[in-house]
Amino acid sequence: MARDETIKERIDRLELPFNQLGVDPYGISKKHLRVFFEALGALYRHYFRVRCFGLENVPARGRGMLVGNHSGGVAVDGAMVLTSCMLELEPPRLAQGMAEKFINRLPIASTWTCRTGQFTGLPEHAVRLLEDDRLLMVFPEGARGTAKLYSERYSLVDFGQGFMRLAMRTQSPIVPLAVLGGGSAIPTVANLYGLGRLVGVPYVPVTPYVLPLPLPARLEIHYGAPMRFAGTGSEEDELVERNVAEVKRAILTLIEKGRRHRRERW
Amino acid sequence: MKILIPGIAAGLARRVAKSLLSQGHEVIGIDARPWPNAPAKIELHGVDIRKRAAEDVFRRHRPDAVIHMATVTSLELSGEERHRINLGGTRAVFEHCHAYGVKQVLFVGRHTFYGAAPDSPLYHTEDEPPQALDSFPELADLVAADLYAATALWRYPKLTVGLLRLCYTLGEPGRGTLASFLVHRRVPMVLGFDPLFQFLHEDDAVTAIELALEKKLKGVFNVAGPPPLPLSMLIRAAGRKPLPLPEPLLKLLLGRSGFPLLPHGALGHLKYPVVMDASAFKKATGFEPRYSEVETVRAFRAAAP
Repeated sequence: MARDETIKERIDRLELPFNQLGVDPYGISKKHLRVFFEALGALYRHYFRVRCFGLENVPARGRGMLVGNHSGGVAVDGAMVLTSCMLELEPPRLAQGMAEKFINRLPIASTWTCRTGQFTGLPEHAVRLLEDDRLLMVFPEGARGTAKLYSERYSLVDFGQGFMRLAMRTQSPIVPLAVLGGGSAIPTVANLYGLGRLVGVPYVPVTPYVLPLPLPARLEIHYGAPMRFAGTGSEEDELVERNVAEVKRAILTLIEKGRRHRRERW
Repeated sequence: MKILIPGIAAGLARRVAKSLLSQGHEVIGIDARPWPNAPAKIELHGVDIRKRAAEDVFRRHRPDAVIHMATVTSLELSGEERHRINLGGTRAVFEHCHAYGVKQVLFVGRHTFYGAAPDSPLYHTEDEPPQALDSFPELADLVAADLYAATALWRYPKLTVGLLRLCYTLGEPGRGTLASFLVHRRVPMVLGFDPLFQFLHEDDAVTAIELALEKKLKGVFNVAGPPPLPLSMLIRAAGRKPLPLPEPLLKLLLGRSGFPLLPHGALGHLKYPVVMDASAFKKATGFEPRYSEVETVRAFRAAAP
């Protein structure tokens, strides 16, 4: 991103069908995007000082799925991936995450996720957005992935098959990505599932300093080469599982590569 | 063509009737409610659709086509009465159509069929089942009428049955669900929620119904036009002010001190969107709305400043 270009100017350059009030057919609003990315942009540049590698692998136009590992007890990783696409891609792109279902039930969070295109993770949403040539961001580990403890921060929990069947059905390229540093930003030592149920979220992470607020750890995002998978998405489990394993390997390779270059310090 | 419209006295039905008349069709109406100053050429029968006298109209006139618009959407009527009209009436319409040689029936239903739920997708397609019935039981009769009407597709295979699920229409103030909701200067919202609202200019809704008739549509179709707008934006574009209130407070205020009288289940529709994918209808009929979403709201604003 050019130094003198504002977030507003970048949002104006988004290739989305906004109407004259600045809203697209999904209710994504320029006004909300601006506030959202001004806040995240500040975190991206000054707090987490994110460094991004392999951005050329993200398709400039057309459908695509960013598929990554979860890193950190709250959605800092996803937020920084979205921000990297908005601030660093040329032209800027809005990546659209698939939000956990509970978010849409929460006041305020519901409005902000809807207005910024971070819709509930339903297969219907994913298919529609991809067929509409949007850029989807998927963390196949789901909430089990954000629940990883500090000691598990570079491991991957089970990937579902859903994202792969989706990619095959819509013939969307998968861009594997690795987020590094989220585990240090929010060093989870335990997760409180009971308290989570009480307040309507899957769990509440606990850090050595109790609150699940992220520390200013340096984050890195590594994008890998796009992967394409032939098929229709209704193949046998074994074949889909093989493809899933391939993506998982690609992400692990990116994590390993990143770790070798990375000095684990705040 | 001889066209019979049950429920002709409602706002949108009147416009459909006038428009069909101006195109040279013969229009007959059935409605227990009056339509003062109706065009003289429209033959009106002030009878209840479920009564014998309504059947006589079918027998005497033997219409070519029927546009069934006699479903009650207003929540002001008691649940039992609505249920009787919406289901009993729909049953009577299809039975008479079958018995008296009608060739084509259009059932004009509502997009609220799909229900508003936190985990329901944007852009519903026609194959989806209704959702969130338990949180808004007052809509059950409309959903049942929609599903019941669809059974005519297999029960009367010779009849051309078209089921339209129409999004909100916005036309003259004080008529229709959305226009009534937007009538005051301040419009209540549920704090922290701002669902998309999909609406069609009344003129475009008339065009859509006429196209469905002309193209002899068979099957279930979502009918919508321009893309939806967030409720807050719709309220502002209509020259009103949003009044966001916490949900528990809004629940207490419904029906009091000038707040609209809505069942608690209706709050779901102020929290979550009901947006339809109308591409199948567009493909089948070539329907293109004349008014954009912004032009539609501006027209409403001009009529109800």
